[in-house]
Amino acid sequence: MDILYHSGTVLILLGLSFFLSGTVGLIRFPDIYTRLHALTKADNVGLGFVVSGLALQSGSWAVTAKLLLIWLLVLIASSASCHLIARSAMQKNIQPWTR
Amino acid sequence: MSWMHTTFALILLPAIVVGMFRILRGPTAADRMVTAQLFGTCGVAILLLLGTGMGNPVLLDIALVFALLAALTTMTFIRRTWHGSGKKKHGHPIP
Repeated sequence: MDILYHSGTVLILLGLSFFLSGTVGLIRFPDIYTRLHALTKADNVGLGFVVSGLALQSGSWAVTAKLLLIWLLVLIASSASCHLIARSAMQKNIQPWTR
Repeated sequence: MSWMHTTFALILLPAIVVGMFRILRGPTAADRMVTAQLFGTCGVAILLLLGTGMGNPVLLDIALVFALLAALTTMTFIRRTWHGSGKKKHGHPIP
C-alpha cells in the first residue's frame, strides 16, 4: 500500500514536469505547428502520468476507470483538434518555420 | 485533506498564468485557441488533483465534463471561424 502511494507520488511529479515543459514550449516555440507539437504531446503525456499516479493512489477500481475515461476523452479531443488546426493552417498558407 | 495534492495543483497554476502571455501575443487566432486547449488540459489535471486532495469526488465529474467540452470548443472554432481556403462556404469545406 505504501509502495503504491509513493510510486504514485513519483508519477504525479513526472507528470507535472511534462506539463511545465509543455507550457515553456508554448511560449518559446516560433510558429503554430511547433506550438501544437509542444502542447498536444507534452501535455497529454503529463496528464497520463498524473492520471496513472492518482489511479495508483486511489485504491478503487471505479475511480481508476473514471480517471482513465477522462484521460481518453482528453486524448481524443487534443488529437482531433491538433489535426484540425494544423490542416486549417496549411490551407491558409501559413508556412512552417524554417531555420 | 491532503496537502501534497493541493501543492501539486498549486504548481500547475503558473502553467496557466504563463499561457496567458501567449493569448496576449499570439499572432493568429489559432495560437489563442491552442492556449485555450492548454487551459483545458491543465484545468482537468488541477481538478483531478484537487478532487483527490480535498476528498471531493464531485470534482472528478467536473473534470469529465471539461474533457468532453474540450473536444467541442476547438471543432466549433475550426468549423465556424477559422476553416481553410473557404472555397465552399456551404456544404463540406473538407476536401
